[in-house]
Amino acid sequence: MFHFLANPVRFNRAADLFIPWAQWLCGITLLIGFYFALYLSPPDYQQGETVRIMYIHVPCAWMALFLYFSMASLSAIGLIWHHPLAHLSAQAAAPIGACFTILCLATGSLWGKPMWGTWWVWDARLTSVLVLLLLYLGVIVLFKAFDDPTRGEKSAAILAIFGVINLPIIKFSVDWWNTLHQPASVIKVGGPAIHSSMMTPLFLVAAGLTLFSVCMIVLRIRTLLIARQIRSLLIQNPNLN
Amino acid sequence: MTRKGRRGVFIFSGLGLFSLAAALALTALSDSIIYFYSPTDLIAKKISEAQRVRVGGLVKKNSKFVESDGITTRFIITDLENEVTVKYKGVLPDLFREGQGVVTEGQFDQIGIFIADKVLAKHDENYMPREVADSLRKSGVWKGPNLK
Repeated sequence: MFHFLANPVRFNRAADLFIPWAQWLCGITLLIGFYFALYLSPPDYQQGETVRIMYIHVPCAWMALFLYFSMASLSAIGLIWHHPLAHLSAQAAAPIGACFTILCLATGSLWGKPMWGTWWVWDARLTSVLVLLLLYLGVIVLFKAFDDPTRGEKSAAILAIFGVINLPIIKFSVDWWNTLHQPASVIKVGGPAIHSSMMTPLFLVAAGLTLFSVCMIVLRIRTLLIARQIRSLLIQNPNLN
Repeated sequence: MTRKGRRGVFIFSGLGLFSLAAALALTALSDSIIYFYSPTDLIAKKISEAQRVRVGGLVKKNSKFVESDGITTRFIITDLENEVTVKYKGVLPDLFREGQGVVTEGQFDQIGIFIADKVLAKHDENYMPREVADSLRKSGVWKGPNLK
């Protein structure tokens, strides 16, 4: 399938088939997810209604990690197999992942102030997620840092791949070191420590955000392809500028 | 080996070596990375009086005591092996509970009491509705903080 989609014309046609229904499914999933999150799910025994910010904070964190992993994988595919759309897809995914990381940090900060008593601490979990944001920003900048886009793609890919080591650090930071952030509630040894009535909206919102990300990435790949075509036209006909 | 095979080996072995380097660095720097010491860690570290540290653990049940001036609170932090007595002048965070996690920052005084100037509540990873928590408490299996 990846080889099939490498042709930009075929990709655009596939995107035109995919986007319409995917965006509707995304909207419906998010609507149902937020209905569960804000209304149907119960308040927490300890945090009360404040817990509802978890239904944005946690799915954003999941998306930030998942999109970084995807971006790094796409970069590796680009470097190893030279697939024509690999680097472009990584470039498309980067700002979306960065935005989710910002949302995760912001909602976490808003949640931390009433619950912990502080907006921010430099513990391992929070610091490593901030590092993730800096990695994203570094990759975004590197793509545009060179006149020759191929050099930019290669440098960005190397940063993205080496930054992957931050992902297990983020996940296990709460286990390896003493942190203010509590340990994992969903993916942990011994099963989830979160009640099913609260896990449902988590997964619904995460599914909605995943669809949203895929739609956005496909749209951005389409745009980046057009930009690439414009660039090659301008190179061939410099008097057009 | 093909060229792409060579590129693959290059990238993954580079990543592997980098991970090893990072693991070594993080282990060596772990003192800077941990956000607080537990009472047991403190004994091993032999913290002197003037040093600012953070102590974290569980608030020992029935250890919270508000002194006569009304603002100073005394409580004990335990990690189920060792204890630290803490004195804090100020408003405790909302989620401060006996049996719940807490992280304090401050210094030890001459008699070994920890004078905290910052207290943060640390909640655990359990999320559940009120009714589930109540029924767990009634059936005697509740292992969490005091339900207020």
